[in-house]
Amino acid sequence: MNGNPTIMPVGDKALLIEFGDSIDPAINRRVHDLAASIEAADVPGVLEMIPTYRSLLISYDPMTTSPGVLGEAVMDRQEPDSGIIAQPTKVVHIPTLYAGEYGPDIEFVARNSGLSQDEVIDIHSGADYLVYMMGFSSGFPYLGGLDERLTTPRLDSPRTEVPAGSVGIAETQTGVYPLASPAGWRLIGRTPVRLFDPDLDPPAVIHAGDHVRFVPLSGPDEFQRIERQVQDRAYTVTIEESS
Amino acid sequence: MNEAILEIQSAGLLTTVQDLGRTGYQRFGVAVAGAVDATALRVANILVGNREGAASLEITALGPKAVFLSDTVIAVTGADLGALIDGQSIARWQSVSVVSGSVLEFSGPSDGMRAYLALAGGIDVPVVMGSRATFVPGGLGGFDGRALAPGDVVRALPTANTNGLRGPGLPEDIVPPVYGKEHEVRVVLGPQEAAFTTTGVSTFLSSPYAVTAESDRMGCRLEGPVIEHESRPDIVSDATALGSIQTPGNGQPIVLLADRGTTGGYPKIATVISPDIGLLAQAMTGDTVRFTAVTVGQAHDILREQEAMIAEIKQSVGVDRSGSFSVAAEGRSRAVVTETGDPVARAELTAAGRRTVVRPVSVTVDGQAFEFEIEVKHDA
Repeated sequence: MNGNPTIMPVGDKALLIEFGDSIDPAINRRVHDLAASIEAADVPGVLEMIPTYRSLLISYDPMTTSPGVLGEAVMDRQEPDSGIIAQPTKVVHIPTLYAGEYGPDIEFVARNSGLSQDEVIDIHSGADYLVYMMGFSSGFPYLGGLDERLTTPRLDSPRTEVPAGSVGIAETQTGVYPLASPAGWRLIGRTPVRLFDPDLDPPAVIHAGDHVRFVPLSGPDEFQRIERQVQDRAYTVTIEESS
Repeated sequence: MNEAILEIQSAGLLTTVQDLGRTGYQRFGVAVAGAVDATALRVANILVGNREGAASLEITALGPKAVFLSDTVIAVTGADLGALIDGQSIARWQSVSVVSGSVLEFSGPSDGMRAYLALAGGIDVPVVMGSRATFVPGGLGGFDGRALAPGDVVRALPTANTNGLRGPGLPEDIVPPVYGKEHEVRVVLGPQEAAFTTTGVSTFLSSPYAVTAESDRMGCRLEGPVIEHESRPDIVSDATALGSIQTPGNGQPIVLLADRGTTGGYPKIATVISPDIGLLAQAMTGDTVRFTAVTVGQAHDILREQEAMIAEIKQSVGVDRSGSFSVAAEGRSRAVVTETGDPVARAELTAAGRRTVVRPVSVTVDGQAFEFEIEVKHDA
């Protein structure tokens, strides 16, 4: 967990800062803390950063800076009290209507796990999931921390399209689809919140490094009320912050 | 007001609006997109007096048929796809004046895969997340996130200064590229070189690889001797970069291009250096690619040579409209743009003599738009 990261060139315009090679919240934390520190310091020549499970990709302009200078900027931030900013823990509340037509596979998940549907909902909504990184498609969060009891195989044949906001389980992972897309996940619920909107800046509600909590909705009425507020851009997600 | 410039009659194989891509949003999983051959797009823009990152058409292999609705100045760079105006072959890599009513057609590819057509002013489509680039797989940018279709009318921004052009084409000492069928591509090894055996790395660096028909804007897919993995052909997903060479379990390399996913789980044996990406953008099915390793320092020298060449073209033929301002708001730096989403161009502010220029600008901070005026004092 401790120790210095490995710095590797990625072609002539990027550096990879690697903290480990496993999926581990402590490693991931170092990735996001470094990204936040570099961003806050406005290091010259840094064009863009992509945080992932275990590493940070820093794209740079070689006409403005050099890998040596950037490498130093990274290493300067590895010692305690060296300007690394420990990010507060943010928990983004995603209102979710479980079961019924909104989560057509919840019965399968319950049966597969030997639980009742209510127990599935309690377990799934009772945990905070770390957003290790985003990728796969616009605004898609890779979440960690699904309770082992809810492990469920994927569909034998993927659905050609699931609605935006679909919440599902695939093997040991849970996730939420920001946009309508094909999916082989078992769907257990849906959120009316628009998780990705290209007209907003930032375009995504959930950011890498945040935690996500799925908050059960009472029924279709509440779902539709929030859906209307979202359409009118009058809905704000609840974000709990603690350091 | 923007002006209707070109009406598409038939779309061609894949004609899209592209610029230099949607940077800054990869952390949200948003692909960069943009011109696959960025250098060709930059030069096309310079030749018609645009800023080099203006939106232009990327035309793939079989070009569109279109009619000009206004007089304008265009430039075609990149592949030779047989561009014709009213049946007459037009010179590539130089600006060409066209009159309203002229018909643009393409007779077919003879060298390279992707041509760039710049229009004076730059194409006016809505700016989505800082870019006009079309990302077809995600339905973002350009014409509603799709390729051009018959009936589409391409409009240009009004800011072109074609009168300010100092010349029509490249300076004499710069010869336009001939792409050919064999491509020597330089790479920096890594970051996951260690996931391959010594034999695997040497196979990669010594063998010819053929471009396959599955290649697209996302990646150039190659076929050739199997590159041997040291361990399992997957890694805990990490970020990709332009030019990353993913090598899945079948040992066949894929060079990631403009529409690549932002993260991936295949080990990456090497990264193609940015000045050589254009070679892969122009490679056609069946062409041969060979890889040579260079150091990062050598790659930067090659990049500096390429940038010096572009600077020379700018100096010789074009109006320098590059440059941008940024402001810090709530502790974060934001680009300052004009009402149309373009960077505030330096050239417009540096007219002869001391003067003060006041421009309306808008800045979006966390989804909230702020309008204000910026005053620039200048000594000539």
